[in-house]
Amino acid sequence: MKTRLTARRIWKYGDGVDTDLLAPGTYMKGSMEDLAVHCLEAIDPGFAGQVRDGDVLVAGKNFGIGSSREQAAQVLRMLGVTAVIARSFGGIFYRNAFNLGLYALVSDDIDRIEKDHNISVDPLAGRITNETTGEVLACEKVPEHLAAIVSAGGLIPHLEKTLRKAL
Amino acid sequence: MPNSAAQTLAEKIIARAAGRSSVKAGEIVTCSVDLAMIHDSGGPRRVKPMLERLGVQVWDPAKIVLVSDHYVPAFDAQSAAILKLTRDWARDQDIEKFYDQQGICHVVLPERGHLSPGMFVVGGDSHSPTGGAFGAYMFGVGATDMAGVLATGDTWIKVPQTILLRWSGSLGEGVTAKDMMLKLCATLGMDGGDYQAIEYSGSTLVGLSMQERMTLSNMAAELGAQTGLIAPDTVTAKAIADAGGDPGNWQDWSGDEDASYRAVHDFNAADLPPQIAAPHSPANAGSVEDVEKTTVDQCYIGACTGAKLVDLHAAARVLKGRKVARNTRLMIAPASTRTTTAAAADGSLAALTEAGAILLPSGCGACAGYGAGVLAEGEVCMASTARNFQGRMGSRESLVYLGSPYSVAATAVMGHIADPRPLLAEGKSA
Repeated sequence: MKTRLTARRIWKYGDGVDTDLLAPGTYMKGSMEDLAVHCLEAIDPGFAGQVRDGDVLVAGKNFGIGSSREQAAQVLRMLGVTAVIARSFGGIFYRNAFNLGLYALVSDDIDRIEKDHNISVDPLAGRITNETTGEVLACEKVPEHLAAIVSAGGLIPHLEKTLRKAL
Repeated sequence: MPNSAAQTLAEKIIARAAGRSSVKAGEIVTCSVDLAMIHDSGGPRRVKPMLERLGVQVWDPAKIVLVSDHYVPAFDAQSAAILKLTRDWARDQDIEKFYDQQGICHVVLPERGHLSPGMFVVGGDSHSPTGGAFGAYMFGVGATDMAGVLATGDTWIKVPQTILLRWSGSLGEGVTAKDMMLKLCATLGMDGGDYQAIEYSGSTLVGLSMQERMTLSNMAAELGAQTGLIAPDTVTAKAIADAGGDPGNWQDWSGDEDASYRAVHDFNAADLPPQIAAPHSPANAGSVEDVEKTTVDQCYIGACTGAKLVDLHAAARVLKGRKVARNTRLMIAPASTRTTTAAAADGSLAALTEAGAILLPSGCGACAGYGAGVLAEGEVCMASTARNFQGRMGSRESLVYLGSPYSVAATAVMGHIADPRPLLAEGKSA
């Protein structure tokens, strides 16, 4: 199971990035593709167009506060984001993120990561390596069973796999 | 000296649902779900493909409540298709507790007697803590977690610590549970709840109606808590019985006196002035005088937290015999069809519409940017809803202020953000 990730690029945001910024209600009735185009547009209109596979978000506290809509995590994953590193997360978003195959990593060291830095992350070890500054930073360790869910692409594909094995 | 055997209300309910005699904060346990609530947005359209992919059926149709409240009434082909899918799924799965366009789920659930003290309830919506007002441990989850609940009847939970918020004193004239909540958001922040359980208690609570208590529990979500409990009393038991529900042994469901809490905060209701939250967070709240005179394009009384019968009564007290100012508009979306019926019967609905209020369908509506009544770029709105996140109510360049239904009604009359208390006093002396 491959769990280490290298951030292709960093996107950095402040405190309280809420679910309605990630998945605006106005576009919730359409397809996931249509919704993803509007992800974060209210605070960063360039994001959805420029974000690429392997990018990582670094944010302040209470990331994903608000609605239970799991599309908030799903659009990030669809756009290629592999992990969000934040000082803290809204509780519902935190659960949704793993369920949708997105790492939610809690770290007090977010001030030591800048937009132009290169970082790699070992979620199981709870270690973020800032290749640019040479610093080794800490994040909360992710238990193996949650990493397995992320690795499968989310809880449903993970269950599909494990249920099939059980047959 | 805290007694280690003593338990909080949250621990008691979770222990019961986990089939244990006791649980401790921090433990991860699996609980049997007594009731699962889903709606048209996060419900069938999301969970149906997941259940099909896994080849599993719902565990117990009798324990599922389904409410169509987000895309109601259909306003285009897409929303109509979502409502149709929801209806078809309810029929195929034999969901008897299906409420199609009868109001907002958090209000419909207790209105139809589905909540009792001590229940462990999972809702597919973030304002699910509303059920805590009835002494039920109710919390919101995303659709994938809900699919797990629907397939197995179980879910896992990390037993939370409890943060006790004690309120003493009686609220002043024109001040409501909504003002209490905005004060709490400003004081504790939107992460103050830290996904733990909040429990409200104190002498202020005793005097609050069930619908006012629901506002407190509802907005535990805005404190970032998992739920917002209120121990049941005779008011709770009567409300449940009146709705055709079963209050059961409601006396059993309260925290032990010497239970241990993560934190205890004390607040005084008696000297609380009306609170208004400025854009773009409920935590940006302060006394009404800080933002008084801000002109608004729209006033909105709606949502699970701000358009129950008590909320319409509050607005009607301000608006009776007055008119909505020419420079603004007032939209009212009663929280449920039963709310509308009751307000029509007691005359409050006429007081609102005669003042110039525009009546909208019962549903989540403009609060979350669904349905009618959303805002244009550059517009300012004063709303009785729970959240004023950027872009939530329409254009990302719009501004939303939050306040009680009294404050929204006073703002509608004045055409700018206003303290409702002078209007209420004037109404009395006239």
